Amino acid sequence: MGEVIVVTSGKGGVGKTTTAASLGAALASFGDTVAVVDFDVGLRNLDLVLGAERRVVFDLVNVIQGHAKLPQALIRDKRLENLWLLPASQTRDKDALTEEGVERVITELRQRFDWVICDSPAGIERGATLAMRHADIAVVVSNPEISSVRDSDRIIGLLDAKTVKAERGEQLDKFLLLTRYDPARASRGDMMAVEDVIEILSIPLLGIVPESEEVLRASNIGTPVTLASPQSRPARAYLDAARRLRGEAVGDIEVPVEKQSLLARLFARRAA
Amino acid sequence: MSFRSLFGRRDTSAAKARERLQILLAHERAGGGSSDLLARLREDVLAVIARHVEIDPDKVQVSMTKQDDVSIIEIDVEVPDTSLPRLRVAGSR
Repeated sequence: MGEVIVVTSGKGGVGKTTTAASLGAALASFGDTVAVVDFDVGLRNLDLVLGAERRVVFDLVNVIQGHAKLPQALIRDKRLENLWLLPASQTRDKDALTEEGVERVITELRQRFDWVICDSPAGIERGATLAMRHADIAVVVSNPEISSVRDSDRIIGLLDAKTVKAERGEQLDKFLLLTRYDPARASRGDMMAVEDVIEILSIPLLGIVPESEEVLRASNIGTPVTLASPQSRPARAYLDAARRLRGEAVGDIEVPVEKQSLLARLFARRAA
Repeated sequence: MSFRSLFGRRDTSAAKARERLQILLAHERAGGGSSDLLARLREDVLAVIARHVEIDPDKVQVSMTKQDDVSIIEIDVEVPDTSLPRLRVAGSR
């Protein structure tokens, strides 16, 4: 039986879809079978980030409504044979998702894959609560920024109240993934420190993904960053995060620091 | 680590963000976790007071604040002057 991960955040634009794609690709590259499921019905993007947008025939809503079987809707990645995508519907809205339908699809995916990664829509409405409903593990994506942290706190509250695991009184593993971390801003004191965010949200850290052009470039070409530039900092952060999810012992999480020299930093500050 | 982050930590905008968040979230978590309790308290308090004086149900505020290990429940009841003739007599010199 596979494990279900929800990638969630509350706030939009923090990097949920990038994270779902990158963690999925990383886990698949280690040999695990992975299905990434786009729950953002009406605003799907996981297909784009994975470069599969022209191969979508059936989607999650079709499967839930019984118009297509799960294997018909699953799209196999062209680079990683263990990675599959279940796209969201672009023409429907989140009301097309039913509680029973989602349960049925997740149960079936759990039997076929080692990992089922649910990419949650932003917000706290139906789409988001259904995406987290059956999760065993939650990856809470947050930027070190005040509104994102507040929304993450709200989402953690929902994870503790609205998931099947929580309702049964079982342990739902929650991890924090800090994304878009900018070492230059952090060193100037304009970005919340990693330890501050951890202290406020009080869930264990899974990784720190620095703000990087590599992530943007990877999205542009429709390739997860772990494949597009595996040596880049964000790719290494995602690969390590995936190893931690698999229970591997990975060293301490490194807080990204500025690569500039002290002199360059002084000049940059004077200019700013 | 720069001089500013060593000595001026309290003054940075990040430190302000952290402080504001801590206060805000303490409040939001308290509200979210025990809203049922507060709603029930509010109803009971309302019923007891309404037995003795006429009050506007909308003018009863029950709130809870958390400070470190202590939670404080605050009950604020606005009583219109007209409802208190006897009380005023009893309390006057």
